[in-house]
Amino acid sequence: MTKWLEENTPKLVLAPSFIAVLIFVYGFIAWTAWVSLTRSRLLPRYDIEGFIQYERLFASPRWDTALNNLFIFGILFIVIAMVLGLVLAILLDQNIRTEGAIRTIYLYPMALSMIVTGTAWKWILNPGLGVEAMVRGWGFESFTFDWLVNPEMAIYTIVLAAIWQSSGFVMALFLAGLRSVDGEIIKAAQVDGIPTWRIYTAIIIPSMAPIFLSAFIVLSHLAIKSFDLVIALTGGGPGYATDLPATYMYAMAFSRGDIGQAASSAMIMMMVVFAIVVPYLYSELRSKDD
Amino acid sequence: MTDLSMSRPQGQSRTGKIILRWVLYLALGLFALFYLMPLFVMITTSLKSLEEIRTGDLIALPREVTFDAWRTAWSGACTGVQCEGVRPYFWNSVLIAIPGVAISTLLGAMNGYVVAQWQFRGANVIFSLMLFGCFIPFQVVLLPMARMLGIMGIAGTIPGLIFVHVIYGIGFTTLFFRNYYVSIPSELTKAAKVDGAGFFRIFWSIFLPLSLPIIVVTVIWQFTQIWNDFLFGVSFSQAGTQPVTVALNNIVNSTTGVKEYNVDMAAAIIAALPTLFVYVVAGKYFIRGLTAGSVKG
Repeated sequence: MTKWLEENTPKLVLAPSFIAVLIFVYGFIAWTAWVSLTRSRLLPRYDIEGFIQYERLFASPRWDTALNNLFIFGILFIVIAMVLGLVLAILLDQNIRTEGAIRTIYLYPMALSMIVTGTAWKWILNPGLGVEAMVRGWGFESFTFDWLVNPEMAIYTIVLAAIWQSSGFVMALFLAGLRSVDGEIIKAAQVDGIPTWRIYTAIIIPSMAPIFLSAFIVLSHLAIKSFDLVIALTGGGPGYATDLPATYMYAMAFSRGDIGQAASSAMIMMMVVFAIVVPYLYSELRSKDD
Repeated sequence: MTDLSMSRPQGQSRTGKIILRWVLYLALGLFALFYLMPLFVMITTSLKSLEEIRTGDLIALPREVTFDAWRTAWSGACTGVQCEGVRPYFWNSVLIAIPGVAISTLLGAMNGYVVAQWQFRGANVIFSLMLFGCFIPFQVVLLPMARMLGIMGIAGTIPGLIFVHVIYGIGFTTLFFRNYYVSIPSELTKAAKVDGAGFFRIFWSIFLPLSLPIIVVTVIWQFTQIWNDFLFGVSFSQAGTQPVTVALNNIVNSTTGVKEYNVDMAAAIIAALPTLFVYVVAGKYFIRGLTAGSVKG
């Protein structure tokens, strides 16, 4: 008995976590998938009816807005955060004496809750007393900056705040990448008299391809899961102009009492995440085994 | 280090170099202003009176510094019907974060130790399954989790929230410890086994003493995650058990009475202080966690 116990200790230690993951991750995904195929409304029902919830979902103008917003927000957020992060990393890589302090400043927003970020930007961007009022106070009476309350523009305030929060993190990733490029190659290029900008575009940046991929994965993951920031900054409004899939799902689940819609929208979110993350994780795990 | 600026090819004048240097520092300074501006505005707004906010400039320093807004935010601001400030919710977050961090870190250490050093058939599959769990959008588990917490009798309670954070935290904590322990030679474990040491003995006297850096990284990561969480907090709490992020959102978006921007800002800073503090004193480990969680995961 003690011998058996001794031999199986590692399995017994791992077992509770494994069972928990099986139930609370995979079992729950299965539950949500099942319910998304039923006519569940306020209470879950378990008789499968087919893709009726998905049909309702894609017929809903609100979901349409949410997907469109995810598309706009996702692309702008990922592209701008990556470009800004790369530029900052390159600027910081030029033997800056105060690098440590500057890095700390660029990265601190990442330590904040999205709710705090949203609250701060909501105040800064509010037309009545924020930036608009300030610039008008300087004498530009007709200056307008009402993105926060303008249904056409409100989604861009979320892009702005999200970039403010995450670009420093992208900078840190790229900076680590720049520092890991082989110094010998760069020295050789310098000896050959190749200009600095060419060294960056032809040698350093191409060698950082894996970091671009990591940054892309992290940022797209952040974009799809974005929920707190929208809630704090715009509450999904004006109207539902800034709804994202995550806020749509939450509204259906907890305020509309429409479990079927909540489940089917959550499943779509998961499929989008998996379409991006699974190939990446798969290649990561395979390369580790080699 | 790439060190490009110091060894430029010939043909560039000395003054040109100095001007370039100035432009570089100017650009870095402007970006620093962009990142600091919201924090600056938050702090100055929280120190102004409402009257001054209405008549003054967004980025102006307070003419008269007052801590009234801080007092209200801490113990008087309304989060809906109740008007007790963020204080009770701040303590809720503390009560959720401390056990949540401790339990998920401990489990992660044990799991990582098994996966890295006590390989058995199927251990890698289990690890991969746990890893995939880190990436699911939590929306996909919200509905069944709400029901499960009800069945377990901990719906809307602080233990319920601790439970949720532990469950969805162990994927990452296991990953952190596994990647750290994998770099420790397995000969060490084998030699200790030959000497008659068992599973726990080897962990306790060989691995744990080596683990301080990764424990710090994991604790900081988990603390930041749990403290800043909003989705679980808003979905699985009820009046009285809400974490500070939910209370902050309720204060800011409560529609009753006059909008007190200075109180909103003070409450936001209070909610941000613990993680900011951790970032300032242990920034190195904070960044290591961020990059480990993204590059390796």
